[in-house]
Amino acid sequence: MRRERRRVERADDVGPYRLLRLERDGLDAGEPGQFFMLEAPGRLLPRPLSVCLATPAELAFLIDPVGPGTRPLAALAPGDAIHLLGPLGRGFRLDVERPLLVGGGIGIAPLPYLSARLGGPPALLGFRTAGHAEAAALLPGAEVVIDPVLVTDALPSGHDVLACGPEPMLRALTAIYPDAQLAWEAPMACGYGACYGCAVELDGRLQRLCIEGPVVAARRVTGASTMRAGR
Amino acid sequence: MIPVLNASGCLDALTAPDVARTLDAYVTKTVTPLPREGNPPPRIAETDVGMLNSIGLANPGIDAFLGEHLPRLAGLGIPIWVSAGGFSAADYAHVCSLLDTRAEVDTIELNLSCPNVDAPEEDALAIVAAARAATVKPLYAKLSPALPNLPGTAAAVAAAGADGLTLVNTLRGLALDPATLRPRLAAGIGGLSGPALRPVALAAVYACARAVDLPIVGVGGVACGRDALELVAAGASAVAVGTALFADPGVPGRIRAELAVLRGRVPDPGV
Repeated sequence: MRRERRRVERADDVGPYRLLRLERDGLDAGEPGQFFMLEAPGRLLPRPLSVCLATPAELAFLIDPVGPGTRPLAALAPGDAIHLLGPLGRGFRLDVERPLLVGGGIGIAPLPYLSARLGGPPALLGFRTAGHAEAAALLPGAEVVIDPVLVTDALPSGHDVLACGPEPMLRALTAIYPDAQLAWEAPMACGYGACYGCAVELDGRLQRLCIEGPVVAARRVTGASTMRAGR
Repeated sequence: MIPVLNASGCLDALTAPDVARTLDAYVTKTVTPLPREGNPPPRIAETDVGMLNSIGLANPGIDAFLGEHLPRLAGLGIPIWVSAGGFSAADYAHVCSLLDTRAEVDTIELNLSCPNVDAPEEDALAIVAAARAATVKPLYAKLSPALPNLPGTAAAVAAAGADGLTLVNTLRGLALDPATLRPRLAAGIGGLSGPALRPVALAAVYACARAVDLPIVGVGGVACGRDALELVAAGASAVAVGTALFADPGVPGRIRAELAVLRGRVPDPGV
């Protein structure tokens, strides 16, 4: 387990988000839904980010610059270099028959890579504002709803749901699709099981999300509100 | 050659065995008599000067530890230090008496200073004495830098039979959410680690090295070879890495490499 150092190839605005493209140079992209710990310049701890796009030349991460770690990450420019560790955790199972990708807000982050690996299944995205919805360009062909319409208002039946988004959305999906695969988040210091900070209640007891997830079967999540992502 | 260990609770050798093997000894997360789930989340928060945690001694309990974890830890091929905890002197003695029978255990570190659970009623001296009566294994006492008379406590635990000191544990700290001004940790207060703790650890090691003739593991904000060298210059004979492991699992190897360069240039502190 070793950190690698990679150069920023490009960084693009995608609505209010920033798509950070790092040179890949032999890095294993892992499975969709797995994540990397990215060095946040000037901060003590790295930040967990799932792979948004994986090309032969680049790994890209979608960043919502809302906190002291994500802001300097979003400010990186081509030529800058950062350390990263990964791929980590457990991603989405790809052996599904009728996949439907569901994303809410920055939860779109792992879906472009997931879509590419599944051959472009149908997708449904929800956003707070039309500005945030510009990020839907990362997933061409996706159906988009904007608040006050919610993804659960537009959800078709008979699918294998693979989703990432804010906790209320994941909770609502759990009630409808108990077999859904949901990508959760929690504050993480390390991402590799060392700090025990990312504990969430799964199967009735606190477990490390970085080891058990971040993608877990909806029915396994038994606890009350646990998500407070590291920003 | 300065031994490099991990700080208790800052590495799971079973999920990251390759990282553990880069250490001179692996220190377990604190083991208590009964299983503990730990505090509710969120239980970590980064601040501008360090990290807060309120994990709360999550561990499988001594029976499951001995049955399931310890045999696998022994397979790592490095010395295993077991951190022992409890809520009374009898708890510590119970854990130590069970660890005493196990050849896989190299050293027992008594966690006398967890900031995230209620402190035992007995003082450090009584706990060390009870543990000493329960085991012949080497016993290290891990003390809080917040003790009013740390060198005095160090001398007392030395007299009670401790074979070494681990200095220091975290200091209590609080972080507030910038929007709500409410605590960011569900438990409210947590233990502060990282860079802010480094001068505190240096002072504790410096003071205790002059008060007692025991080996000292220096812990607190160590992130590079220079940090390790300074702790040794202050009186430590080994160092342990905590929060820095979270950001970089390769930090033990880097510290060693940097120490090798530094010790060619800096006079040996000769502790």
